[in-house]
Amino acid sequence: MTKTRRDFIKTSLAVAVASAMPAGLLSSTSFAAASDPVKVGILHSLTGSIAIAEVGVADAEKLAIEEINAAGGVLGRQIEVVQEDGASDNPVFAEKAQKLLVSDKVAAVFGCYTSASRKAVLPVFERYKGLLYYPTHDEGLEFSNNIMYTGADAVQSAIPAIQWLAENKGKTFFLIGSDFIYPRTTNRIARPTIAKLGGTVVGEDYFPLGSTEFSSVINKIKAAKPDAILSTIVGDSNVSFYKQLNSAGITGDNQAILALAVSEEEAIGIGRENLVGVHSCMGYFQSIDSPENQKFVAAFKARYGADRVLGDTMAAAYASVFLWKLAVEKAGSFDVPQVVAASSNLEYTAPEGQVRLHASNHRLWKHARIGKFKPDGQIDILFESPLIEPNPFPKL
Amino acid sequence: MSVDMLLSQIFNGLSLFTILALMAIGLAIVFGLMGVINMAHGELMAMGAYMTYLTSVIFSRWLPGVMGASFLVGIVVAFLTTAAFGLLLETVMIRHLYKRPLDTLLATWGVSLILQQVFRQVFGPINVSVPTASWLQGAWSPMPGLDLPLARVFIIALTLAVALGVYLFLFKSRWGLRIRSVMQNRAMAGAAGINTARVDAVTFAVGCGLAGVAGSALTMIASTGPATGQQYIVDAFIVVVFGGVESLIGTFVSAFMIGQMQSLFEMPFSGSMAKAAILLLVIVALYFRPSGLFSIKVRR
Repeated sequence: MTKTRRDFIKTSLAVAVASAMPAGLLSSTSFAAASDPVKVGILHSLTGSIAIAEVGVADAEKLAIEEINAAGGVLGRQIEVVQEDGASDNPVFAEKAQKLLVSDKVAAVFGCYTSASRKAVLPVFERYKGLLYYPTHDEGLEFSNNIMYTGADAVQSAIPAIQWLAENKGKTFFLIGSDFIYPRTTNRIARPTIAKLGGTVVGEDYFPLGSTEFSSVINKIKAAKPDAILSTIVGDSNVSFYKQLNSAGITGDNQAILALAVSEEEAIGIGRENLVGVHSCMGYFQSIDSPENQKFVAAFKARYGADRVLGDTMAAAYASVFLWKLAVEKAGSFDVPQVVAASSNLEYTAPEGQVRLHASNHRLWKHARIGKFKPDGQIDILFESPLIEPNPFPKL
Repeated sequence: MSVDMLLSQIFNGLSLFTILALMAIGLAIVFGLMGVINMAHGELMAMGAYMTYLTSVIFSRWLPGVMGASFLVGIVVAFLTTAAFGLLLETVMIRHLYKRPLDTLLATWGVSLILQQVFRQVFGPINVSVPTASWLQGAWSPMPGLDLPLARVFIIALTLAVALGVYLFLFKSRWGLRIRSVMQNRAMAGAAGINTARVDAVTFAVGCGLAGVAGSALTMIASTGPATGQQYIVDAFIVVVFGGVESLIGTFVSAFMIGQMQSLFEMPFSGSMAKAAILLLVIVALYFRPSGLFSIKVRR
């Protein structure tokens, strides 16, 4: 009861403060004089269980901002970073998002990693008319005027992955995932895609996040003998899953396994030896051979250490900052509605190659790439799709 | 269900039983015998896992010839380090909170958060990978269609060894006699000339050391990262509470039942449904037997 009341007081205070401000404060004129730095927010988990993935993403965003500042900033203004820790806790994400928008008045926020954290901050961004760049590949089924989704959606990862597996490996699939929104939604899209290709699903199983026991499902896999395993297991559970698969004699060499949520960075913690021959489908791999990517990888390693490894979300986060800069310059303003309008059809050569923001759905036209883990934890790229149109609400 | 499928599920249940028992035994000693709710138990396991990782790094750098032994050495190092840390923790903190169980809960939870952040600072936020010793890779096939992963066979053997060690320590050694007498009647044991403060310290250290051993063994099947401990703490508490807090035998029986039920349920259900079904059964069982499967009958 007290909690509700306190929340109510907090909310009404926030509303009162917001409405007491002169209208101009919330729009473009609030961004002080032209020579002052412009503030942007970085909102990722630096502590807690998801910090493992988010720290590198925040590093990539800071690198992009440093590069932009070194080249003269945006519209002649330096970028000042306000970084907050989401602490792997969704309510904390919402609270920090509100702080960034209301008291720091940032022009844009680069942040969030899990879909759950994005859904927690979404109402905050819509209410305070903020702008969030969200870098993770996700399950789609969401659109907000105040969010730019720079990761791949299901049409750009799961569907090309299934098509490639069906063409190259066979048509019976075993779907396995962690038990939360992303794997379940992805597999809801995967099932009709597999059926359309004339394939069958011979098993589907979900495990709680952080689960460490996979011996039973490995038995099920052995009994079902699928042509391909499509895994949407995320985080620490991957370590257990691949270690236990390997010790049961199932490896990337004798069974087609495709992971939709394992990047090169996570491969270190899983143990590179456990992943040899496992396939991955991402928009970006560190091994992409292009001048933009070589420059990005070299700059990142020079800034954070030669042993650091890059992954898809980090590359998308890095590109997000540049997409924001280009949109601001095209709009000639930091005002959110103008930046959003200028983003439509915006083109940029990212480390992952030429990308283009969609005319209306706030997502990127992207390549899907499929590759195989090598013993050094890097990816041997086997397939690269043409640019795929993003579609967060695919018709199935 | 074919015969080899059934056999390998029974083996999985057995393996899960030993993993759960190994996780819970240190907690059963600290929680069951001493009444200390140690929320940092999971982080002590993570500490053991990190010690195993450090040992493997040291071996691969300076003693690559005997890499195969690094894991065994790692277990011993893990036990000694976590036991030493437990001794320190008992002396500095737990000792002053014996009369305040709820404060112990909060204080040890604080320790667990501090340890998590220390791991993150020292070893980085990204999981580290402990290479499985070559003699523990692969599987043993007693019959076609039945593969028993060597890592799991090793954990079964390790748990049996630990259980035997704990039994001998508690019931056949002088220290065990002192521990049991202090747990039964502290004032009387003190009057008989037993240094109860030292007994407490040693008991706590042994419980912590066993957490280290468990963490070390689990590097073979699970991740080693700053948040690893969080994956184990709930399971460990469920096993101890379900078995009956004051009974070590109860801990083993409860681990056995939960392990077998889980691997049985995972055949018809999905992994997360099986887990939910287990939790439901435990709740129902605790409703009818509030003090767990094995409760010591005492007049209160």
